[in-house]
Amino acid sequence: MAIGLPKRLLTTAATALLLAAGLAACGDSAEPAGAPKTLTYWASNQGSSLDADKQILQPELDKFERQTGIKVTVEVVPWSDLLNRLLAAATSGQGPDVVNIGNTWSASLQATGAFIPFDDATIAAVGGKDRFVPAALAAAGAAGKPPTAVPIYSLAYALYYNKKMFADAGITAPPATWEDLVTAGRKLTGGGKWGLAVEGANISENAHHAFTFGQQYGGEWFDAAGKATFDTPQNVAAIKRYIDFMAVDKIANPSNAEYAQNQSVSDFANGKAAMLLWQAAGSALKAQNMSPDAYGVAPVPFLASPPSGGKRVNSMVAGINMAVFKHTKNRDAALQFVKFMTSDEEQVILNRTYGSLPSVKTVAGDAAFAAPEQKALAEVLGSTAAPLPQVPAESQFETLVGTAMKELFADAASGKQITEEMVKAKLTNAQQQVRS
Amino acid sequence: MRETAAERYVRWVVLALLTVFTVTPLYVMLTSAAKPLRDVQGDFTWLPSRPTLQAFVDMWRTVPLGRYLANSLVVSSVAAVFSVTVAIFAAFALSRYRFRGRGTFSVTVLSTQMFPGILFLLPLFLIYVNLGNATGIELYASRTGLIITYLTFSLPFSIWMLTGYFDSIPRGLDEAAQVDGAGPMRVLFQVILPASVPGIVAVTVYAFMTAWGEVLFASVMTDESSRTLAVGLKGYATQYNVYWNQVMAASLVVSVPVVAGFLFLQRYFVAGLTAGAVK
Amino acid sequence: MTATTAPDRLRRPATPPRAPARPARRTRRSLLPYLLLVPAVVLELGVHVVPMVVGVWMSLLELTQFHIRDWSTAPFVGLDNYRATLDVDTAAGQELLHSFWVTAAYTVASVGLSWLLGIAAAVVLQRPFRGRAFLRTLFLTPYALPIYAAVVTWSFMFQRDTGLVNQVLLDTGITDHRPFWLIGGNSFVAVLVVSVWRSWPFAFLCLMAGLQNVPDDMYEAAYIDGAGFWRRFQYVTLPMLRPVNQVLLLVLFLWTFNDFNTPYLLFGGSAPPAADLVSIHIYQSSFIIWDFGAGSAMSVTLLLFLLVVTAGYLFLTRRRRSDA
Repeated sequence: MAIGLPKRLLTTAATALLLAAGLAACGDSAEPAGAPKTLTYWASNQGSSLDADKQILQPELDKFERQTGIKVTVEVVPWSDLLNRLLAAATSGQGPDVVNIGNTWSASLQATGAFIPFDDATIAAVGGKDRFVPAALAAAGAAGKPPTAVPIYSLAYALYYNKKMFADAGITAPPATWEDLVTAGRKLTGGGKWGLAVEGANISENAHHAFTFGQQYGGEWFDAAGKATFDTPQNVAAIKRYIDFMAVDKIANPSNAEYAQNQSVSDFANGKAAMLLWQAAGSALKAQNMSPDAYGVAPVPFLASPPSGGKRVNSMVAGINMAVFKHTKNRDAALQFVKFMTSDEEQVILNRTYGSLPSVKTVAGDAAFAAPEQKALAEVLGSTAAPLPQVPAESQFETLVGTAMKELFADAASGKQITEEMVKAKLTNAQQQVRS
Repeated sequence: MRETAAERYVRWVVLALLTVFTVTPLYVMLTSAAKPLRDVQGDFTWLPSRPTLQAFVDMWRTVPLGRYLANSLVVSSVAAVFSVTVAIFAAFALSRYRFRGRGTFSVTVLSTQMFPGILFLLPLFLIYVNLGNATGIELYASRTGLIITYLTFSLPFSIWMLTGYFDSIPRGLDEAAQVDGAGPMRVLFQVILPASVPGIVAVTVYAFMTAWGEVLFASVMTDESSRTLAVGLKGYATQYNVYWNQVMAASLVVSVPVVAGFLFLQRYFVAGLTAGAVK
Repeated sequence: MTATTAPDRLRRPATPPRAPARPARRTRRSLLPYLLLVPAVVLELGVHVVPMVVGVWMSLLELTQFHIRDWSTAPFVGLDNYRATLDVDTAAGQELLHSFWVTAAYTVASVGLSWLLGIAAAVVLQRPFRGRAFLRTLFLTPYALPIYAAVVTWSFMFQRDTGLVNQVLLDTGITDHRPFWLIGGNSFVAVLVVSVWRSWPFAFLCLMAGLQNVPDDMYEAAYIDGAGFWRRFQYVTLPMLRPVNQVLLLVLFLWTFNDFNTPYLLFGGSAPPAADLVSIHIYQSSFIIWDFGAGSAMSVTLLLFLLVVTAGYLFLTRRRRSDA
């Protein structure tokens, strides 16, 4: 009879499907010899639109096909989806061959073991370790392990300042210390205009500045064993210095506490704020109708008298890396493609178009990178930039500390007084949530 | 039954308030779509400084909007049709029959609504990938996979809604038809369905809209060729700029067919045929 | 009048099924309900149930970025994930608990308001008049809009310096300063408003469909008996809508409680403490840092909580039904 028929249906179907799901182990089938080589490449969005990126990349991919006979199919993935899709690909063992990754993801992705490590042999196959800018390569994986990716576009933070507003306020040179920046900011604030624009609700931006300020105050976010050290006095002082731009010095508009969609860049472009700390903002500013003549680019300031242990770092090493999935069926073709994208010619073409800096030393002197913005960035990248902590828990640092700073900005914006105890309490709270 | 003056007054007040509440964001969307980007990024103004339709032109290029629209229409329509069909059969069984496992089925189906999407995203993704590898049917990064997923998502509510709707149709009508020699399928098609048109329409709309607006699974399970609107719109937020005016323009344009559909379906929200047939 | 009985699908049958005229029909009919359910069962198993079970399994593993590629290497840790995330003596546990409370308040308020607006609109638009079809369509429009655009529009409107809400508040003199809506305490109100704006059309849709099955002669009879608007509403409309309401309120509650997209899109990925809804909290504290085991544990906890609430709700509504 029909007793328990639905239950039996349930159990058998469930078992069958569970077995199918359980076969998640990666068993790549071998490539049949002599098959035409094709690669799937997920590019990140670097340009003004997904379509624009495709227009920029396609001629280069066609060039690659002419040179090697390998066809590359590119899909430009928006940043909001890229990490999710990388995760899904790493989990399932199925997906693209070559991908762009944000370089801050390097250590986490390295820990998945889903990507080909660029040990000495592999990195020699793409041109050799020495070609790459050391700082950029350092941001491609945990120290002591082979990098999980190679850098292709490099970026750094700089101080952008509005030339006219500076001139009107009688400021002759961009500030080189934070104290000078506050002084300048005070002169520039007033009449609906503000000295500095900050992106207070953007977790990543906050975390990047936390790193830079932390370095200058001599703080570290993780100790040598990889344990989180968020609430050290140095870190507290560092975070307080950044929050104080709004809380104490009042050179940042309280509304900035809710900015998370690049509104600070718009404020700078519209002349509402005179200074901006941003990564390679040139292309974004141009897209918002601010001509390069209207602003100057200077290195991010330092402390006038740094405490002992303070490092001379004024930017994180930002950039995009290129990684190859282990599950690729065309390993050699993929490495050839990486070599192509990091070749001198391509590095010049792509970085010139995107407004970023080459990740290889050999073309640093190219005329394409002689504009004032590029020169300033290159100097920072070469001498005073440091990579974010290359530990798998880096994403926890970004999320937890970035959120703590967002909440501090919200408090400052609503008029609360920000004391050192408050900052320490928030950082301690963040540290306690780190899952080891 | 005449409406009193007080009732009429209350009705217009309620309608006015609801209209203002509903329309204000729509107004913002409309004016933002007609503003140059600079306006949208600046202070709010009631009217565009320089009305322009440029966003409506640019939006097709910035993001492959045409393809996303086509994908969404196909996926949502097919998912809705199949979902309602499966739900009708299931609801008929639940409403008109008592059988073992009835309670278990109802409760299981209801409990699926409690599960946070994030949690079964990864497992579902894995199942699709493995099924695809095993059987050759591409479920990952395909419209088929999306259709199957969405039609299942809308099943629980559809089944519950239709069961309740069918329950309120008196058995007397069933029995009358059976006396005339009708089997269960004829009872379903000739008695139950015609009397449930408003409920079926509501459920079809729900199934369509579930597929139309789903974001989480679409962001992981699609590639460029199969991407739907719900996630595709995020592509307007690029490295340099968020093209808000194009986002608004695109959203308005893609909603036009849906709203037109709603308007068309009004005629089906009429009193069921059981009204007055009840003894 | 038999149309007033509410569905009794979860009750044990009081009478056996109608005996068929011919024996051959008996066997076929007893299989028919199962056959009718097969498509639904297969789909639910494959897409909902099995992944859910796998998700529960994930919560018992230490599944982080180290093991995501090959789950068989993930160590089985039993209830450790639950212990770690639910320990109210830790900061993480406290935040999760806080998030539950915020979500509960948000859900009750959102569902309540959405239902009120929905029933008001459905009742008021029941009587035909010129422009009714237009108004019905207008009210359904928020439901038709892509959620990304709708929520983003509201985030524009709630901007402190450049948003419409503050502009109107200042111009009409309701406030004399520009409050924050997307951070700080007001963020709860902001996310609630957006949620109601998006949910009430759906309630309206279902209630509108439900009202169609209320026969006019019931209203006529009540009117003749001297019942005014409120009494007709209380004694005719509401009881007739009970089956629809039972389902509608429950699913709205579940969907709103689990709502991820609205806070995610409104607050740009991280919610302020006053609006720290549980689904985005789970996402921020686990998935975004690659700790899938913990995220699954928190999600399963959420599921258990909702199961308890649902069971209680069904029990209460069932009781009232048999009393009626």
